[in-house]
Amino acid sequence: MAERHPRSDALEARLAACRQGLAQERAGAWVTRARHEAEQRLRALGLPGPRDEYWRFTRPDLLTAPEPATAEPFETDEPPVFDEIDRLKIVFTDGRFDPRASDDISEAGEGIEIVTLLEAGESDLHWAQEHYGRLEAAGQQPVPRPLAALNTACARNGVLIRVTGKVSRPVSLIYRHYQPQSDAMLHHLVLLEEGAALTLLENGPGAARFNTVLEVNAADGARFDHVRAQGRDHARIAVTHIFARLGCESGFSSFTLTANGRMTRNEAVVTLAGDDSTAHLAGAALGDGADTPFHHDDTVFVVHGAERCESRQVFKKVLRNGAVGVFQGKILVKQGAQKTDGYQMSQALMLDGDSQFLAKPELEIYADDVACSHGSTTGAIDEEALFYLRSRGIPRRQAENLLVLAFLDAAVEEIRDEAIANDIRDRLRGWVERRG
Amino acid sequence: MEDLEIREGVDRETVETVRSISGKYKHGWETEIEMEYAPKGLNEDIVRLISEKNGEPEWMLAWRLEAFRRWQQMKEPEWAMVNYPEIDFQDQYYYARPKSMEKRPKSLDEVDPKLLETYEKLGIPLREQMILAGVEGAGQTPAEGRGDGRKVAVDAVFDSVSVGTTFQEELKKAGVIFCPISEAIREHPELVRRYLGSVVPQGDNFYAALNSAVFSDGSFVYVPPGVRCPMELSTYFRINAENTGQFERTLIIADKGSYVSYLEGCTAPQRDIAQLHAAVVEIVVLEDAEVKYSTVQNWFPGDEEGKGGIYNFVTKRADCREARAKVMWTQVETGSAVTWKYPSCILRGRESQGEFYSIAITNNWQQADTGTKMIHLGEGTRSRIVSKGISAGRAQNTYRGLVSMHPKAKNSRNYTQCDSLLIGSSCGAHTVPYIEVKNNSSRVEHEATTSKVDEDQLFYCRSRGMDEEEAVALIVNGFAREVLQALPMEFAMEAQQLVAISLEGSVG
Repeated sequence: MAERHPRSDALEARLAACRQGLAQERAGAWVTRARHEAEQRLRALGLPGPRDEYWRFTRPDLLTAPEPATAEPFETDEPPVFDEIDRLKIVFTDGRFDPRASDDISEAGEGIEIVTLLEAGESDLHWAQEHYGRLEAAGQQPVPRPLAALNTACARNGVLIRVTGKVSRPVSLIYRHYQPQSDAMLHHLVLLEEGAALTLLENGPGAARFNTVLEVNAADGARFDHVRAQGRDHARIAVTHIFARLGCESGFSSFTLTANGRMTRNEAVVTLAGDDSTAHLAGAALGDGADTPFHHDDTVFVVHGAERCESRQVFKKVLRNGAVGVFQGKILVKQGAQKTDGYQMSQALMLDGDSQFLAKPELEIYADDVACSHGSTTGAIDEEALFYLRSRGIPRRQAENLLVLAFLDAAVEEIRDEAIANDIRDRLRGWVERRG
Repeated sequence: MEDLEIREGVDRETVETVRSISGKYKHGWETEIEMEYAPKGLNEDIVRLISEKNGEPEWMLAWRLEAFRRWQQMKEPEWAMVNYPEIDFQDQYYYARPKSMEKRPKSLDEVDPKLLETYEKLGIPLREQMILAGVEGAGQTPAEGRGDGRKVAVDAVFDSVSVGTTFQEELKKAGVIFCPISEAIREHPELVRRYLGSVVPQGDNFYAALNSAVFSDGSFVYVPPGVRCPMELSTYFRINAENTGQFERTLIIADKGSYVSYLEGCTAPQRDIAQLHAAVVEIVVLEDAEVKYSTVQNWFPGDEEGKGGIYNFVTKRADCREARAKVMWTQVETGSAVTWKYPSCILRGRESQGEFYSIAITNNWQQADTGTKMIHLGEGTRSRIVSKGISAGRAQNTYRGLVSMHPKAKNSRNYTQCDSLLIGSSCGAHTVPYIEVKNNSSRVEHEATTSKVDEDQLFYCRSRGMDEEEAVALIVNGFAREVLQALPMEFAMEAQQLVAISLEGSVG
């Protein structure tokens, strides 16, 4: 008999722990099949290990352990992000849908249809069955994302959104965390039909350990904007995944704000499949490792599979007190994807000597008529800029904060909606100014 | 290459140059000479045999055997973006030397004329009087005296052995030791024992371990304290025998306050079956010393169908061991079917400096995965990386590099610039940099671009009254120039002949 691999034992233990929660639910044929296929994928891939190329900067063990580490929920009197924005609220508490705290999703409005995975999964036939888990499966090549396969295999809930028109009111997913040992997985699917448009907001820590998958399938001419605030000062660990496929002339944007938090890995796999489509990804992270460790990892993979597409990646991190920032970004231009415009920028501002920035900004290009560039810089606050501000009477701390905010603003600028961008800016300003 | 699609904006001369180096490999001929081979295959007995042939002391054999044991436990690396059929390490000869070299010639006058002819044909005259007199065809190649009487000492390596080293006497007067490493092991064991494997240990990687076990010859350089080496040193590597791997080892030690410029050239005959070349170059740079290491790598790249060519798996590393040591790697990579090569700098000494300038041209079915590692350990260390990749045909060209700033490397600096130019729609250009920064007083900047010709630059030139063709010529000219300018004079000619991206009549 073949010797059992310790990693496959860990995988079985992790799957068994996840299945406990699933056993009590009734699941229709299509959900059962999607979960079964994902389980097969996961078994073929195995759980990530520290020697895997895409896990060299982030240790996966906290994410792969059978039980989550304890994380006390963070309490604050600060009003939640996006509170001022008119939106349709959908609340999940420790991964469970909370209908009482949520708006009525059955009345989502014109051009949009929302149902929870739990509810849709009870029926044997559903529009989502052709899409659920498909982009995750396709996104496993060429770089495996085993924790996304684990999510599809085990997530018991999430939202399934079908957008048929231009929806102006954003849909807002709010993740609350109360249980110190909650281990939650949510799997969302957004299907945008031709010419449809939606803004999706996400905020809150979610659970002690949180694994999300968001699949976005945008048909020709569709528009999807995503803004996410991953809370602040939380002790939770999280891995998030976005899998997006973009049709002709469609547009996609995603921005993520992170301020502290023990460990966060945000993966995005975006495929520009139709000509003339655009994808913008951005992130601003503010990490202070003083009270809890801070480890923040952006792993982005943009695939240009069609002509005249444009992609932008702008990721900024401010690090102090032993905080660790990771950026792994890739632009893959397939053969024939001519007239591609690909841009990628990753920058870290290190406020003291203890922090680390680890980056792997990659280009893989198989078409000649392209303009692709990437840049990555790391360094301390510019003393000259600091001197300039101080010579104008601004105290050192305040001058530093100004420079930090200016540095992060290049990522915030990527948010298309001005009201949302300003909400993020206010939030950031408050957090930066409050730091001790 | 005939049906190569020329895109608008790519300079015709660039295309022509790339075409010319692919179609006509100038050095593809073979020297017919009686050879002596070790039996095919690799085992401990072969390692012992190579050691015995070189008349090595016991410690050297023990060192080789240790390397061989490590190699047996290692796996071939698979992370590079290159694909080639599995190499059968037992189906190779690990030692081949011309029969005439059985008794070591005492001077160049005793060397088999056929061998001397080989090098003359390559443009590397080995007879000192000829070099001084200036042989016909001089002034075209790196490793020869130029018209102005500048001298370059050459160590000529033919398959597994060094056939001769020029200007040894004159160098000796300056205190510089320049000889085949096989000779250094016998004559200067204290230096070799102290430094061999101190930069690239036996078990460093699969190919370095293989090299450590079976290296047959190579060059050894020692520059004593305070000496500026009176001439450029050069090694010319020629693979001639079939089914034979070349495993040379170069060890350069620049003692305190010394300076040396070292040039390396290489060619091989055109054959249908790929051949293996796995070299190790170790450079030790002590306080205030400086080493300039330049390579024009022109191994047979394989034919237009991708048949044959050299698999070039090379480990090159410099250790700036003491304060203010400086090393500069410059490479022009045009040959080899597969290149796997990362000349690196360990910046250990305070304020030590590392530089890496590279042009890699791949065409037809060539694959290159090359770059550098800059490991900043000491305070105030500086590094600069300039890499230019040009990919044509169905070739794949990858820059892979690491810049690492350790917590103690305070106030250090790195600047990296990687540019790729694609010619034709079936090739690939890739950039895989790793950046690890563990202190905040250092600054690391990395930039990379992949393009045809930059529109902004074009606009800038046009707005200053240049016509489009002129503007494009200027931009393409500038593309590889930073690297070409970093080459020593002796190599610039050959490099420009190979690359000829420069369009100005005076240098083209």
